[in-house]
Amino acid sequence: MKRDSSRVALTGNEAGALAMKQVRPDVVAGYPITPQTELMQQFAKYVADGDVATDLVLVESEHSAMSAVIGASATGVRAMTATSANGLALMWEMLYIAAGYRLPISTMLVSRSLGGPINIHCDHSDAMGMRDTGWIMLFAETAQEAYDNGIMATRIAEHDSVRTPVMTVQDGFITSHTTQVLSVLTDDQVTRFVGVYRPERSLSNFEQPMTYGSIVLPDYYMDIKRQQADAMVNAPRFIDQVSEEYAELSGRRYDPIELYRMDDAQVALVVLGSAAGTAKDAIDIMRERGVAVGLLKVRMFRPFPHVEVAEALSRTRAICVMDRSLAMGAPMGALAQDVATSLVTGRRVPPMYNAVYGLGGRDITIEDFQGVIEEAAEVAVTGAPKAAVRYVGLRGNEE
Amino acid sequence: MALKLRELTQTPELIACGHRACAGCLGVNAVRQVLHAVDRPVVTTSATGCLEVTTTIYPYTAWETPFIHSAFENVAATASGIEAALKVLGDEGSIPKKAKTIAFAGDGGTYDIGLQALSGALERGHDFLYVCYNNEAYMNTGIQRSGATPYGASTTTSPAGRASLGKTQRPKNLTDIVVAHNIPYVAQASPHNWRDLATKVKKAMDKEGPAFINILAPCHRGWRYPMEEGISISKMAVDTCVWPLFEVDEGEWKLSYNPRKKPAVADWLKRQRRFEHLFKSDDPAPLETIQQAVDADWLRLLGRCGEAPKADGNATAA
Repeated sequence: MKRDSSRVALTGNEAGALAMKQVRPDVVAGYPITPQTELMQQFAKYVADGDVATDLVLVESEHSAMSAVIGASATGVRAMTATSANGLALMWEMLYIAAGYRLPISTMLVSRSLGGPINIHCDHSDAMGMRDTGWIMLFAETAQEAYDNGIMATRIAEHDSVRTPVMTVQDGFITSHTTQVLSVLTDDQVTRFVGVYRPERSLSNFEQPMTYGSIVLPDYYMDIKRQQADAMVNAPRFIDQVSEEYAELSGRRYDPIELYRMDDAQVALVVLGSAAGTAKDAIDIMRERGVAVGLLKVRMFRPFPHVEVAEALSRTRAICVMDRSLAMGAPMGALAQDVATSLVTGRRVPPMYNAVYGLGGRDITIEDFQGVIEEAAEVAVTGAPKAAVRYVGLRGNEE
Repeated sequence: MALKLRELTQTPELIACGHRACAGCLGVNAVRQVLHAVDRPVVTTSATGCLEVTTTIYPYTAWETPFIHSAFENVAATASGIEAALKVLGDEGSIPKKAKTIAFAGDGGTYDIGLQALSGALERGHDFLYVCYNNEAYMNTGIQRSGATPYGASTTTSPAGRASLGKTQRPKNLTDIVVAHNIPYVAQASPHNWRDLATKVKKAMDKEGPAFINILAPCHRGWRYPMEEGISISKMAVDTCVWPLFEVDEGEWKLSYNPRKKPAVADWLKRQRRFEHLFKSDDPAPLETIQQAVDADWLRLLGRCGEAPKADGNATAA
């Protein structure tokens, strides 16, 4: 049998680095942080070997990484970076600014808890901290998706009707440090797909000098923010175009949400990221036992696909939304809040509750998911969740 | 040959009139002088502060160069990204190769919150000019003390009071910190000496790699002197050796100006009401401390530059 060179075994970080190399950014800013470090190391090796002609700026902090990328992007070149956890938190100020200036920066987030106490393992508290910053956010379940999102992000961000930065998210260690088999495109295929980014308006247009980052007072500020919000609302249409083109190229089609065995589901789980794979296995087992359970995986977290989510969940009898982070003091976690809001704007609001799992890298197993499904199935009968928020996988009993 | 004023008047005005800086602002004056000495396409960037606030009120801009402001602590990092992008575009031939980046920030954005980004950018060796317009406090937020505020100055967060003489710490020597990065060019300048300032900017722009110029920018609101006296205040800062003019060109220290007559520092302090409490007090110690510190710094600088003082001895507190 002929060996298929497009099938490769890579860690999530290596898949991210490969995507970064293949979109050929002009400028990349890099700063190490676990678990993202390996991604930038691999990219630095590509640069060192001459495989990509990127100007790699190895900055002294993540705040400077995002600042440098903002400077480069505004100067009219393709600019990227990658980070995790506290690194993203340090960038936070600049995330709003990148989005507010409508700079088409794509960034790779290898998700990790934010502490304290310090913990280097996966959860989504870093990603959730940026959910209102104005970035498009795409979550990956696998290294394959991390790779594909990494390539599509460039096209989405640079789309003239979008012009909004994109964060692609993969789960720290669970995805970033495990080797998976994935299909990759050739450098040439990606080069043709993403094209060259040389915008007409930029800081390098010396004939028409432009000012970026004016101070905008109450007379104009709100209108500018409204335009930005509209761009986000309108983005899905263009994201879909990019997905369609990417499907033609790669054979892999991505929608804002992925539904698994949802057609006749009475019970629905909603998850983000790598846990979707484990959930699917658990669903297969529970289906064999006669539980009509399905999964809604949110792939595009921002803009949140509320219409699709409401539509997919409206016929169920119990929904368990699973959050890998805490929204301290809020009635439910971040994903659950968005699902609840989606349901309210939809046709019907089935019983819904929140399950928090996997904080700081706490493992979630197939058995854990089976337990979650069993409890959700009870809620489908009683119509009344035991509590608004449940915790999965705590030491000892929850009660 | 010495630079002629006529040459500078024939260069385009890159900061348009109509900006909203205070009358008598020497920060914007310094920026204007810097840009008059520039003879190539430049992208300019500034930290948050008076400069950005007064020159970019939407929908207007005073900048005739491409300009970006993003945040307070990061102008050197922003400049790093701009420089990297200009290099890419210059190498591919889509813009002139000699296009360059100039970063502007006040002392708050340089000595304090922006120091890390500045240090990083200098260490990485980006080909850009960083100009600090040093007005010795956070003027944009209303005259709060900074790492550049002199000993004894009263600010809104280090007010002179019954139990305090104002700021009780000496300013950090930021220019020395920059010199320690071993970059091609470092200088101090003052807006009263346009020829020296413009010559330094030209030298800095011709270097390949980072260059840094620290320009004293008296602020009449914060220093509390009559608004028309800024140039004379800056000249006296240089004559008293409070703000010596020098350059470190490829590691060579060179004095730019050695005053023949050196007024007492107290005479300079007396003109600024931020120091007025020092003269109402019976205690001469603070004024002596200030004079001694200036004298010691001056002697150390002369030593580094291989020069002897021209003025007879050191002035003493009045």
